[in-house]
Amino acid sequence: MKRINNIKSILDKFPQKDKSNLIEILQAVQEKDGYLSPEAIGRISEHLRVSRSYIFGVATFYSQFKFNPPGRHSIKICLGTACHVQGGDFLLNALKSQLDISTGETTKDGKFDLDRVACLGCCALAPVVKIDDTIHSRMSVIKLKEILNTYE
Amino acid sequence: MNNFESIRKKALNEWQSLQENPEPVIYIGMGTCGIAAGADKVWNQVHETISKEKIKAKVLKVGCIGPCYLEPLLDIQKPGFPRFSFNNVDEQKTIRLLSEFLNGEESKIKPLGHLGQQHKEIDGIKSFWDQPMLKNQKRIVLRNCGIIDPENINHYIARDGFKGLLKALNLGPEGIIDEIKKSGLRGRGGAGFPTGLKWQFCREAKGKPKYLICNADEGDPGAFMNRSLMEGDPFALLEGMVIAAHAIGANIGYIYIRAEYPLAIERLKTAIKQMNDLGFLGENILDSGFSFEIKLKEGAGAFVCGEETALIASIEGQRGMPRSRPPFPATSGLYGKPTNINNVETLATVPNILREGGDWYSGFGTKTSKGTKTFALVGKIRRTGLIEVPMGTTLRKIIFDIGGGTIKPFKAVQTGGPSGGCLSEEFLDLPVDYESLTQAGSIMGSGGLIVMDEHTCMVDVAKYFLKFTSQESCGKCVPCRIGTTRILEILEKITRGEGEIKDLEILKTLAHTVKNGSLCGLGQTAPNPVLTTIKYFKNEYLEHIENKRCPAAVCRDLVEYRVIKEKCTGCQRCVSVCPTGAITGPRSEPHNLDITKCIKCRACYEICRFDAIAGDAIVIE
Repeated sequence: MKRINNIKSILDKFPQKDKSNLIEILQAVQEKDGYLSPEAIGRISEHLRVSRSYIFGVATFYSQFKFNPPGRHSIKICLGTACHVQGGDFLLNALKSQLDISTGETTKDGKFDLDRVACLGCCALAPVVKIDDTIHSRMSVIKLKEILNTYE
Repeated sequence: MNNFESIRKKALNEWQSLQENPEPVIYIGMGTCGIAAGADKVWNQVHETISKEKIKAKVLKVGCIGPCYLEPLLDIQKPGFPRFSFNNVDEQKTIRLLSEFLNGEESKIKPLGHLGQQHKEIDGIKSFWDQPMLKNQKRIVLRNCGIIDPENINHYIARDGFKGLLKALNLGPEGIIDEIKKSGLRGRGGAGFPTGLKWQFCREAKGKPKYLICNADEGDPGAFMNRSLMEGDPFALLEGMVIAAHAIGANIGYIYIRAEYPLAIERLKTAIKQMNDLGFLGENILDSGFSFEIKLKEGAGAFVCGEETALIASIEGQRGMPRSRPPFPATSGLYGKPTNINNVETLATVPNILREGGDWYSGFGTKTSKGTKTFALVGKIRRTGLIEVPMGTTLRKIIFDIGGGTIKPFKAVQTGGPSGGCLSEEFLDLPVDYESLTQAGSIMGSGGLIVMDEHTCMVDVAKYFLKFTSQESCGKCVPCRIGTTRILEILEKITRGEGEIKDLEILKTLAHTVKNGSLCGLGQTAPNPVLTTIKYFKNEYLEHIENKRCPAAVCRDLVEYRVIKEKCTGCQRCVSVCPTGAITGPRSEPHNLDITKCIKCRACYEICRFDAIAGDAIVIE
């Protein structure tokens, strides 16, 4: 119930039936809830008077939007060119096997979710990994493992 | 305009008193890159130490000055001296610097350089601008990055900020466009369309209102020029936008910026507010009668939105899919109205051109490519970072003189991101300008330069880019949607060691089809990485296909991890990091690696290479 109230306060900031604000609304909802729930999309569709399928069409087009509840910590592996050349792919593969999940998924204990990101713009410090809001630079498989151990 | 003079006087006073501050001033480079390298820890440490030791000092945040490999960078300005720059500072070094350097004690920590006059030694310390990475640069658009506090408009004004705007308002729209045409400025987003002409088209287009959009959706993986610029000197971009808007006759502007750049967004918001407060934005700017407002739109992560028409669709809240042109955005863009779209660097260059004149700017660069260009110099290179050089500088000068070359032998340089190509050693003397790069099969792009050495597999690089473009293809055109996927499948087949010699011909045919049959820039350029690697690194493809071997030891299916028994000291480090238990062996005896259990995660290789106890006993072959 609480979640739906949250969305109301977001929707009230945007005029009804003006779908040019759709992406901004989706971003605000995801910022609050961590993902886009089917209920949230339903509410947005009523507010803007556009179909749910239209909203899903827009939301799935952009890589930013998630449709699963996130873990307590979000891991984003940068796979920009510089990170790739410096071994970002190895980090991703190692994490996939260590956490036993694929990208876009959350671990069973709800601790981590794993995603890839096209580029964080820290190319000179490649490879980088973003955990929550912190960017860890010049990562290696071993350093990353040690850092993950510090998260609860 | 008297108002401007009084604002400027106040700003100059503030700047002057900062230079002559009776107490030390500490500057910390706090761009996203600096923070990732640990600048926030340094920031906290500085505050902790000065409050604990009761040191009277002013602490300021600045943007990124460029040489990212030296980060975190901390500058100390003692009364009567310019700023002294210290590199790779951590918490321990901070404590020592504050106690030793500030107290004038003999310190083992030597500054990297001072930010005073170039070519001048102070106390035996050379100028920062004489560093090998910096002395060959020409900083026009980056002139304020790392120097000013990006959250203080007075710093910008004191360094001749808004002088360009003032001149532009006097010149009027036609005058501005003439000046830009004279400068020879071309779009810095990649395509290189003459900016003055673009503005003229939009100015002459019928319809109201008109819109100005700044494309800050820096989607090229491996490029961060715009991020650094917006974080280090947001005012330059905004001033450029006001000038551009006046020239085309727009009263509303948008900055379409990646959500992945939270710091840049914050700094722009602060800058917009400060400009509004002082009357450089909003109603009746500097009493000229011209009004302009800027809105920020956060992109949601789609590479194709770098394409003009896709970007417009995204601002309108739709799927970011390009449409065919004409009509060009200049006549029918955002909400069907005349719209002008420019890249961040293009717009941030504009104030400099207006201030110093078009003829001054066209004095730099080559016959067809004028001015300077910023590049993000990354990959397997010694000195990574953000640089700005005159157009026409050779790749050799950029990579070896400025970047310090590679550690392992140089193999290739990739320009232009996923739309560009990989150039081999024979192109090192190529002058970097729009035409030369296109002729070599690559493009200028937005300015990412990724250097590769012999440990980079070129087939893998091509595969990487095609994976990227196939995922980012919006799906509208069949050649792009299906073509990039088919190319990717063949490249995957080759890197698995299942390639056939005829695949190379199929790749070329597919690549040309995608190039010719796609609607927008993404599809038209997506095959460039494949075409250039086949052209310049055919041998590597043949090694993968004929000998099932990856010479750079990158392609996972073609390599094996092996313990060299003679080198292994039996330290058991690798045993403890191996996630699958593939490595076994008692302490002090050479270990065994069971390749059937090995998942090739590289953990053992890393620890063996970096750890002093372990040798180089684990190899990838």
